[in-house]
Amino acid sequence: MTSAAAPLLPKLIGERVKRREDPRLIQGLATYVDDIKLPGMFHLAFKRSDIAHGLISAIDTSAAAAMAGVELVLTGAELAEHLGPMPIGTPFPAPDHYSIATDRVRYVGEPVAVVVAADRYLARDAADAIDVEYEELPAVVDPEAAMADGSTTLHEGFARNIAVESYFGGTGTDAETATVVDDSALDAAFAEAEVVISQRMLNQRLAPNAMEPRGVVAHYEAGREYLTIWSATQNPHILRSMAAGMLGLGEHQVRAIAPEVGGGFGCKINIYGEEYAAAALSKLVGAPVKWIEDRTEAFLATTHGRDILGDIEIAANRDGAILALRARLIADIGAYEVLLTALIPTLTGMMMNGVYRIPVIRHELTEVFTNKTPTDAYRGAGRPEGLYFVERAVDMLARELDMDPVEIRRRNFIPAEEFPFPTQGGLVYDSGDYAAALDKALTVADWEGLKAERDAARTEGRLVGVGLSFYVEVCGLGPSSVVPTGGWEHSGVTVERGGKVTATTGASPHGQGNETTFAQMLADHFSIPIGDITILHGDTGVVKQGIGTFGSRSQAVGGAALMAAAGKASGKMKQFAAALMAEQEVSAADLVFESGRIQVADAPEVSRTFAEVADYAYVPVPLPPGLEPGLSEEAFFEPENNTYPFGCHISMVEIDRETGEPRLLKLIAVDDCGNVINPLIVEGQVHGGLAQGIGQAMFEEVVYDEDGQPLTSSFMDYVMPRAADLPSFTLDRTVTPTPVNPLGAKGVGEAGTIGATPCVMNAAVDALAPFGVRHIDMPIRPERLWRLIQEHERENGGQS
Amino acid sequence: MSEPVPITMRVNGRERSAAVEPRLLLVHFLRETLNLTGTHVGCDTSQCGACTVLLDGRSAKSCTVLAVQADDAEVRTIEGLARNGELHPLQEGFWEEHGLQCGYCTPGMILSSLNLLQENPSPSAAEIREGISGNLCRCTGYQHIVNAIRHAAERMAQA
Repeated sequence: MTSAAAPLLPKLIGERVKRREDPRLIQGLATYVDDIKLPGMFHLAFKRSDIAHGLISAIDTSAAAAMAGVELVLTGAELAEHLGPMPIGTPFPAPDHYSIATDRVRYVGEPVAVVVAADRYLARDAADAIDVEYEELPAVVDPEAAMADGSTTLHEGFARNIAVESYFGGTGTDAETATVVDDSALDAAFAEAEVVISQRMLNQRLAPNAMEPRGVVAHYEAGREYLTIWSATQNPHILRSMAAGMLGLGEHQVRAIAPEVGGGFGCKINIYGEEYAAAALSKLVGAPVKWIEDRTEAFLATTHGRDILGDIEIAANRDGAILALRARLIADIGAYEVLLTALIPTLTGMMMNGVYRIPVIRHELTEVFTNKTPTDAYRGAGRPEGLYFVERAVDMLARELDMDPVEIRRRNFIPAEEFPFPTQGGLVYDSGDYAAALDKALTVADWEGLKAERDAARTEGRLVGVGLSFYVEVCGLGPSSVVPTGGWEHSGVTVERGGKVTATTGASPHGQGNETTFAQMLADHFSIPIGDITILHGDTGVVKQGIGTFGSRSQAVGGAALMAAAGKASGKMKQFAAALMAEQEVSAADLVFESGRIQVADAPEVSRTFAEVADYAYVPVPLPPGLEPGLSEEAFFEPENNTYPFGCHISMVEIDRETGEPRLLKLIAVDDCGNVINPLIVEGQVHGGLAQGIGQAMFEEVVYDEDGQPLTSSFMDYVMPRAADLPSFTLDRTVTPTPVNPLGAKGVGEAGTIGATPCVMNAAVDALAPFGVRHIDMPIRPERLWRLIQEHERENGGQS
Repeated sequence: MSEPVPITMRVNGRERSAAVEPRLLLVHFLRETLNLTGTHVGCDTSQCGACTVLLDGRSAKSCTVLAVQADDAEVRTIEGLARNGELHPLQEGFWEEHGLQCGYCTPGMILSSLNLLQENPSPSAAEIREGISGNLCRCTGYQHIVNAIRHAAERMAQA
């Protein structure tokens, strides 16, 4: 059979393909969890603690239970008869933590009772009618005070409120006891150093604030002993495993579905008490139940991020060579350990090399319980904290030595020829060319021009600063040895009758655009139109296995699994095609996919259509020897290592001398995330990350008062960047593929968040450097800056 | 609980009547009573704008409007933007320029943008940023949203 001259399909990998997710999202046709309505469904409302720390002395639920439309009211102690303490996902020791507090509350917002009612207004009314009496305990708010002898403790068995204490690096660390056995090299480096930089810095507590709050619908069907649970989660397969365990079911009895999910940013990795409670309550009332979080609950009861206090010291010579780094980190993890709580701050210490060849590094980490909302992953999860500390300290060193921030970095970079590079933190950086990214950023930003602009502004009396940061981070999480849930990903690829393709991925997206990028990859692989491909995700009933989407692993791990499954399917398809073309003596090895046909590479006129071969595979008469019917393959992909994207960000900040109000004038980001499937989506990821990184530097901060009362529990008090707060960003890229996966893709989800924060802070400090300011803690609120300016003006009689 | 109150409003050009509790929020009337779930709730305090609809032609945050206050009103939601299967230029702009990621803020963002373009058909980038400052987006950093609105403004000017 000869082929008609079909138009060649363009390759889509690397192209700015419009997202296939968007038509439903821009027309209001998507289904988020709150859009799910099941017949006979009840609604939940949680009664939450309004004090930070106390013993529950009495709960009166009688008024609530008597209200019309109320089906059931349970206290924590009553629910505990059906639901045990919640599991965590790390190997660290953890105190018991129930979905609803049983006898003691440890943070404002902790649930103490739950109502099941006919609609959400009634449920809320009934929750308000529950009367709780507490015997208040002193609130533990300051993490250092929490660690002092004689402090009030939150949990039995955790003296001085210490959850985790660890030591890494130095010249000799005993892995068994996690203690330093030999610090001589570190001590010697600091003793011999010509310069020592020492600074305490707070990487403040943030609220992730996905625009869609959390929500869950649970439906337990007693007749078939089967739970279906819909949740705004980043990882439905982990939800399935954990919900099954909590309910005493097997994984074969639970189907978890992440429908459309309105953003995650790390806070939808954890499996929460409300999810377990909903599942258990559906079983108890024999009907589906729904719970939708409101924004104040999101501030109180959804995990926070960051909150690490760092005492950072750098030893260096006057030529700028860094000799050693010492860090003492205190992580305020809040009241409990949830899924990954204790793991996140350990990543901070691991990142202390930054992009530099630092001969000796040691860090100590103490994780401390306080009467605050528990922390867990927030975009970047541990890496932004680490890179912030390193990049601020290195900038301080440059200022101390009167060196350009570019020079100090260049002098200490890990050179391109030293990759793979084993760090002091136990990581192995896969690939990198830091100098190339730096050079590109300096050119794109016109670094020398920016400095001249700053200097000119200063002569006019304006407070303008420029800042630079260089980051490396961990993406593509990761081998199973480092991810407690398993570090692989799974995919299935089915060539359907008629020649269309359905693929499944365990990388469950919530804005990342996997339906588009994965379809681009399959379109190129099979050389078929992208419209002939459907990507399914987020449903354990459809996607056989999976881990989920976090740590920028969709492409680097999920994409690699997809291509492995696609390779199996296309290999088998070629065998069917060869059998169809047996008369022309075609071998499968000679075949290629080209624009909807499968053809002999050297003789394109010998071919069959893609659809023809697909149809043959499902009605294989005759069945080729050694082949099973059908074209449906699956694959797991286990990466050998994480990936390590990097980049250079440059910014310009102006501070109003009269009001202290900071303004970000420019931000230039040059990121290297390896090979790129869709530049449009990568730019979107970087933009969003930058906004969050800038948000931390300039606006965002979760604040508690001395009684542990949160002062920031709505968007009226917690400031997130709005459109008018941000400039238009300038982006560029360098491309250093990773050898860790066949795609060479590293991941880009956290890049902006990690680079932007120290970059903006370095610029803000630069703006106030003429006043002798060496460091400012985040966020740079106008009031904080105004005070610094006033102090200076007082001391110097208005001269600067 | 008070007695239900009868209300009537035109939603996306169609007359809708119901008896509602006086405390029922407009956003819940749209989402629960009419099953128009494209309008989202993001904050309950009118800070985020996810619930933005057009109320008698002007943008309003439907999480802080009671359904009874919208009695006799003309309401337009995201579901009423495309006409005869053809996307509104703003919808097209958001798609073309990658003006959304998770999509949760998008319906409200598009309705706010529509209000902006009705008042100022060719806004500058700064005017666009100011004009959508009542709407929060956590995914995009706003840059592609600004591009999307410019795209729509140009398209609407040609029409």
